[in-house]
Amino acid sequence: MSAPEVVVEVRDVSIEFPGVKALQHVGLSLRSGEVHSLMGENGAGKSTLIKALTGVYPVDSGTIIAHGVERDFSGTADAQAAGISTVYQEVNLCTNLTVGENVMLGHEVRGFWGINWSATHDAASIHLARLNLDVDPRSPLSAHSLAVQQLIAISRAMVINSSVLILDEPTSSLDRSEVEKLFDVMRSLRSDGVAILFVSHFLDQVYEISDRLTVLRNGELVGEYLPSELDRVSLVSKMLGREFSELESLGERVAHTERPEGVDPVLNVSGLARKGSVEPADLDLYPGEVVGLAGLLGSGRTELARALYGADRADAGRSFVNGREVRLTNPRDSVDQRIAFSSEDRRAEGIVGDLTIRENIALGVQAKRGWARPMTRQSQDELAQKYIAALNIRPANPEALIRNLSGGNQQKVLLARWLATAPQVLILDEPTRGIDVGAKAEIQKLVTQLATDGMAVLFISSELDEVVRLSQRICVLRDHRIVAEIENKEGITVDDVVALIAQGGDE
Amino acid sequence: MRTLTRHRLFWPIAALVALVVINTLSRPSFLSVTVNDGELYGSLIDILRNSAPLMLVGIGMTLVIATRGIDLSVGAIIAISGAVALSYIANSGSPESLVTVATGIGLGIGVSLVLGLWNGFLVSVIGIQPIIATLVLMLAGRGIAMLITQGQITTITSGPYDFIASGYVFGLPVPFYISVVAVVAAALLVRRTAFGVLLEAVGINPAASRLAGIKSRGIIWIVYGFSGLLAGAAGIIYSSNISAADANNAGLNVEVDAILAVVIGGTSLAGGKFMLSGTVIGVLIIQTLTATVTFLGVPPAVTPLFKAIVVIVVCLLQSPKVRQLLTKRRKPTPRAERTETVKVSAAA
Repeated sequence: MSAPEVVVEVRDVSIEFPGVKALQHVGLSLRSGEVHSLMGENGAGKSTLIKALTGVYPVDSGTIIAHGVERDFSGTADAQAAGISTVYQEVNLCTNLTVGENVMLGHEVRGFWGINWSATHDAASIHLARLNLDVDPRSPLSAHSLAVQQLIAISRAMVINSSVLILDEPTSSLDRSEVEKLFDVMRSLRSDGVAILFVSHFLDQVYEISDRLTVLRNGELVGEYLPSELDRVSLVSKMLGREFSELESLGERVAHTERPEGVDPVLNVSGLARKGSVEPADLDLYPGEVVGLAGLLGSGRTELARALYGADRADAGRSFVNGREVRLTNPRDSVDQRIAFSSEDRRAEGIVGDLTIRENIALGVQAKRGWARPMTRQSQDELAQKYIAALNIRPANPEALIRNLSGGNQQKVLLARWLATAPQVLILDEPTRGIDVGAKAEIQKLVTQLATDGMAVLFISSELDEVVRLSQRICVLRDHRIVAEIENKEGITVDDVVALIAQGGDE
Repeated sequence: MRTLTRHRLFWPIAALVALVVINTLSRPSFLSVTVNDGELYGSLIDILRNSAPLMLVGIGMTLVIATRGIDLSVGAIIAISGAVALSYIANSGSPESLVTVATGIGLGIGVSLVLGLWNGFLVSVIGIQPIIATLVLMLAGRGIAMLITQGQITTITSGPYDFIASGYVFGLPVPFYISVVAVVAAALLVRRTAFGVLLEAVGINPAASRLAGIKSRGIIWIVYGFSGLLAGAAGIIYSSNISAADANNAGLNVEVDAILAVVIGGTSLAGGKFMLSGTVIGVLIIQTLTATVTFLGVPPAVTPLFKAIVVIVVCLLQSPKVRQLLTKRRKPTPRAERTETVKVSAAA
């Protein structure tokens, strides 16, 4: 088998931002009919490279060659004209339009009277059929799940007959069967000769679909590999630039400890319900214990946590903190009871982008104190320094704006914001989603440490492996209902949890 | 030099200096300040005095805009405040009494505070969009002022009341001191307490702020109340200046000037980060511009056009995108687009 033809090549590209060398002399070759995975930690330069390829950022030096011609992209339209389409992590479609309108946006079929909508929708269904998508082009986009929307976005990208398709973390919010569907689409595009650039934090997926890997670290090229010649351990150590032995604690499972007799739950809810999203649920959280919530996307994990915290108002249920009945109808009530909640949507509900690391960390404490009792600048600085050191936040400059940080570091700042308020209950919704392996390990270690120190932690993650490793107890959710609760003893594996998720709790 | 031109206040200050230079060239006496009986007179002093009402309103508007809101009712509140104060003083029978005047002022400002809190109630508790919530009072307010003055232009003759707008203390006009007090009070409120940072957090990311436990309802309420209070004080100065309460014309279009001053000063209409110092410069630019137009003998009817031109020039100079074009630097800064579009659309 001869190596397939190179469609797009990036040669010796460097990009610099004020104070940051984002990319240094990086090369990348995308071949027709191949899925090429771009690997690296957050901040390694993956996004920058993609943005150079799609014309969002101009390159400072180096060349981009598409179809044998040297290109100078000065905008995304140039890149599209060269046959390069991109589907970003967040679906960039208009939810208020129909599926067909979204797919054909900018490529509507025109007739004598302007746009011919029925022909446009017909064309859309042809494009959707190419990806084996059975979706009515006249249905509103909002009627479809995120996964289907993602596939529609790919369909839209292929309207212009792209020879290169860039998928930037398309799987981060999809469940297993949805990922399978996406991979089917990717495989069929690959057999049509499309070159696909794939970015994902999930190593399983990368190994499942990739024909080739390129690893970046700190804006520099580490190398290009075939998946067969690079096992996972070496891949991770190449991404991190450290030996795997340092990371081995990653895989260590928290030892299950019996809860001592006579300990009362710090937070206890009974019959907590919210119409349409949370079926009546009972939950006890004990100090020193990590409780994992497991379930498929849409099983109601997040909804349960939000109702518990008061982020969404529950319709029914009683809450007790340390045995005393309390009302937790809004976040403020919960904060006053020393309950903390870190949302799964870091950007929309976590960070305050235009404020500094220091201000973001101090925000939780300051909110609690109210505006009339300001923290002194000195105590803010001390707080920021303490958590920057403790959580290894990078950059270590408390005056850096949080929106310029990588996802993992933003997550650490948010954890710091809550830890600074000394909570007794910590609810973490997908704290490790979309962050790199190193930061993930650090956050996991932190969760374990906090529980050891006596905090009650409610831990939500789509990665069952992580839930099983960290939790003392696992609650399994299905269809907005807690269907099983198991003590996570030695011998319980991910497969057991998967079985529970699949069957439900009818034992 | 580059770091200087990149300072957020560079272009507003440059515009202000340019306006002063233009005035001085066309009329050299513009800069001269004469001393008469220990009181200072001159065009610059006039600008400082006349800018007071807009300064008060602009400060309130800055904080409101920082919460992603807007307060269109300030002009109407100015009219109501003057109407309340003057009606009380005119009907009291002792317009020269200090107590009467103080009570009148207290009533005017008190009513304004209540109106501001009403706006805050509509926005933060009921959840009406700020532009609609304050539009209600903008439209209704002049009717209320008209009811209070019974359709007349209430005039008074009161030495103490006149003193507010025309008096001098230590050689400088009283309204200037009122501006300074308002600016200092606002600056202390936002930077010496945690009010500023919580306000910015609410303006930048309301959802995150709520989850972090910030009582944003209270903060928004305070901000609208403060804006109403300052507009009320502006109404007192305005009515004192003409010794009359004119329900139709008092504070007419002041909301537009205030929004322009805030935008010229570099605070984004998208909310979040705000700059009181920028607003101060913005107010001075607008006031100097009004003076310039008069000096240059431009018919008053054309004044809005001149204002619009200056505003668009200042906003363009502040826009990162335009600066890139001017300096031939291609590298985009992530924030460029947002601030740029907001500012230009606000000025248009």
